[in-house]
Amino acid sequence: MSSRRRRCKRQLIKFTQHIARLITGTLSSDNEDEEQESTTLRYHPENLEQLQSQTHFSRQELQLLYRGFKNDCPSGVVNEDTFKNIYALFFPLGDSSKYAQFLFNAFDKDKNGSLSFEELVCDLSVLLRGTTEEKLNWAFNLYDINKDGQITKEEMLDILKSIYDLMGKSIHPRLKEEALRQHVRMFFQKMDINQDGVVTIDEFIDCCQKDENIMQSLKIFDNAV
Amino acid sequence: MAAGVAAWLPFARAAAIGWMPVANLPMPVAPSNKNKHQDELIILNVSGRRFQTWRNTLDRYPDTLLGSSEKEFFFNEETREYFFDRDPDVFRSILNFYRTGKLHYPRYECISAYDEELAFFGIIPEIISDCCYEEYKDRKRENVERLMDDLEDNKDSKLPNMTFRETMWRAFENPHTSTMALVFYYVTGFFIAISVITNVVETVPCGYMPNQRDIPCGERYTEAFFCMDTACVMIFTVEYLMRLFAAPSRYRFMRSVMSIIDVVAILPYYIGLVMTNNEDVSGAFVTLRVFRVFRIFKFSRHSQGLRILGYTLKSCASELGFLLFSLTMAIIIFATVMFYAEKGSSSSKFTSIPASFWYTIVTMTTLGYGDMVPKTIAGKIFGSICSLSGVLVIALPVPVIVSNFSRIYHQNQRADKRRAQKVQKARLSRMRITKSGSSSAFPHSKRNGLNQSLELTGSLEEDQQLKKTTSLLESQHHHLLHCLEKTTNHEFVDERLYEQGYLQTALQNFPSQSPSLSSEEGITGTCCSQRTKKSMQPLSATHTHSHTHNLQELSALHIQCGEQQPLNTSRSSLNLMSDESGSLNCKSSGLVTTAIISIPTPPSNNYRASPDAPTPPNPDAPPLPNPGTDVVKISAL
Repeated sequence: MSSRRRRCKRQLIKFTQHIARLITGTLSSDNEDEEQESTTLRYHPENLEQLQSQTHFSRQELQLLYRGFKNDCPSGVVNEDTFKNIYALFFPLGDSSKYAQFLFNAFDKDKNGSLSFEELVCDLSVLLRGTTEEKLNWAFNLYDINKDGQITKEEMLDILKSIYDLMGKSIHPRLKEEALRQHVRMFFQKMDINQDGVVTIDEFIDCCQKDENIMQSLKIFDNAV
Repeated sequence: MAAGVAAWLPFARAAAIGWMPVANLPMPVAPSNKNKHQDELIILNVSGRRFQTWRNTLDRYPDTLLGSSEKEFFFNEETREYFFDRDPDVFRSILNFYRTGKLHYPRYECISAYDEELAFFGIIPEIISDCCYEEYKDRKRENVERLMDDLEDNKDSKLPNMTFRETMWRAFENPHTSTMALVFYYVTGFFIAISVITNVVETVPCGYMPNQRDIPCGERYTEAFFCMDTACVMIFTVEYLMRLFAAPSRYRFMRSVMSIIDVVAILPYYIGLVMTNNEDVSGAFVTLRVFRVFRIFKFSRHSQGLRILGYTLKSCASELGFLLFSLTMAIIIFATVMFYAEKGSSSSKFTSIPASFWYTIVTMTTLGYGDMVPKTIAGKIFGSICSLSGVLVIALPVPVIVSNFSRIYHQNQRADKRRAQKVQKARLSRMRITKSGSSSAFPHSKRNGLNQSLELTGSLEEDQQLKKTTSLLESQHHHLLHCLEKTTNHEFVDERLYEQGYLQTALQNFPSQSPSLSSEEGITGTCCSQRTKKSMQPLSATHTHSHTHNLQELSALHIQCGEQQPLNTSRSSLNLMSDESGSLNCKSSGLVTTAIISIPTPPSNNYRASPDAPTPPNPDAPPLPNPGTDVVKISAL
């Protein structure tokens, strides 16, 4: 409610400013440039040896990754919008903004709103070259949106909805609300051992380690890069 | 897929780990990069200038010369570099395209040289990025028009196979093509002039009749003027009918401005012929003669400048409108003010506000007739303000109109509107092409059965087939999308077919099978038979679903359960590479029954007659939902 009031006030102020400008005769386009702040930070990562020791990647692989990264993000950091745009290119049929946001929050460890190359590459090495326990840890971190150590049904619903959004609407069979809830129910049935309505990290890791399918599928990307 | 972000594919694939715990199905096998070698620098020697880049950079666009194996033809063994005998300046832009994903058109380059280089390196010009695309298209169009103009200048003789009608139309439009046309052109011009002069002279008072005042010439020499008028109208009518006959599109010709002017010019004469007997309307008839002055507009066919003027006025309609509007506002304001200022003075000519309009207009346009003059001090003050503001208000929009006119005149009158429309349409269609190309790549490749060969632990020849048709990047991308499908247990379909299927299945009994149906619970059907990769089992009518273990090898299949449908029409529109259709023994309850038998030819209308159809060992391909039937999906277990 207060945000609406604030917005109203802001618009009122803008309107009076506009009228004042009309009367005094300045063109509005001249002033807009002042309102945009320049946010060009330059950021460069730590040196190659340090990154090599922190991750499981070889020197050449790091070089390859950084070259691609720098090509698209010359300033050295990725902010959320750029990340969303890049991710959307891989899923042209669907809407990837929600899932990209979850991903961004999961990658961004220090919560400063931008991803540096180190953060990306450290997580990447966990995901592609880490142990299954590390991978499951990362997945739990992704699902736990508010980072309280528990996955609730609402969080899982959000996550699943965002994954289904990646598909877009030209899918078959057509997505129904019930299918989504069914999926959530199945997940909780499997993972929630003590049936208390939330999944903690130990339950999660335990259940996943027992499931052959999941163990198998965690390994398929091991040769990516 | 935008190859410019190929570097991010590892990130996207790693992020897919997040889907794994939620998925209930096993994931497909990832494509292996068998020939993964260390990235190396390659040297491209273009007419002596050496460019170096990573091999990966060039591999981003595998359907161009540099990205495919075609460049091996240019490999120089002694110097271990690729030598191209082409222009190095243009090559810079081409190589930058590989590096950044954007193709730019340098302004100093000749358009045809650039086109040739693009064609040589296998790059289509449509992917020129937006910043340079307008310039490119403009130059290209100028070039094409110049070539066409040159062609036309050389084309003095008639083309051998033009019909008489086409010759006539060409003669009308370009009078300098043949002498007959030129003669016709001058004759009509002459008669237009005669007609206009006749109209004018008709009203001049000439001569005296005894004991009568001056009468206009028209009434003195009535027959002569009537003959003249008749002759002109004859000529104009004949000309109009000939143009109508020769026009390629008669409807469009009749709607054009020039033909309307023609019609309006000759109509009063015919109306006059018809109405001579009726005394009452002869007054109205006299007014119609005013329209004869429209004949002067026929001159615009003869004068280019007149046409440009008309077009300028049309294109400056908004400025003219603004001028009119502001003038009206000012007139009303000042008229009101003057009326009330002069209200006090006696014998004032400003009797009402509308009467003051005349004064205001005359003053604002600086005419100043002097028939109405303010007498009070206040009136004089406001009158002077009025004249000053009039100068300003009129002076403002006029330069805009003038500059418009000169711009159009100097540009050789290519219709700006036509050009803007073409560019806009082309741009929209370009955006549509690139968007649909990238978004429908995955369903297309699914239809081509590539994912199936990915899924099963394929033999060697399938891998080679895979490499032939898609690049590693694309196959990895498709694998990612396939994992997504498995996670959510839904399938991608092509957008167009999705719309079709949506409309048609909405009307039918869509069995609301949840995704769990297609999972380990199995198929509650009365019969099923499976199609493995190598062999085909015959359809059996009443098998139970005990063959669930064989379903492991089934990829996603669609089972159609429906009545007889006219399949041929929908089949042909689907354009599948390998047709599959369901042969059903389905009960009316709509339960899932049999499985698929692949038939290479379009199936007959009767589904049930196909159990004995021979099936070649095609690779499985997921058939698309056949619109109009109940479709249930069975996916791999």
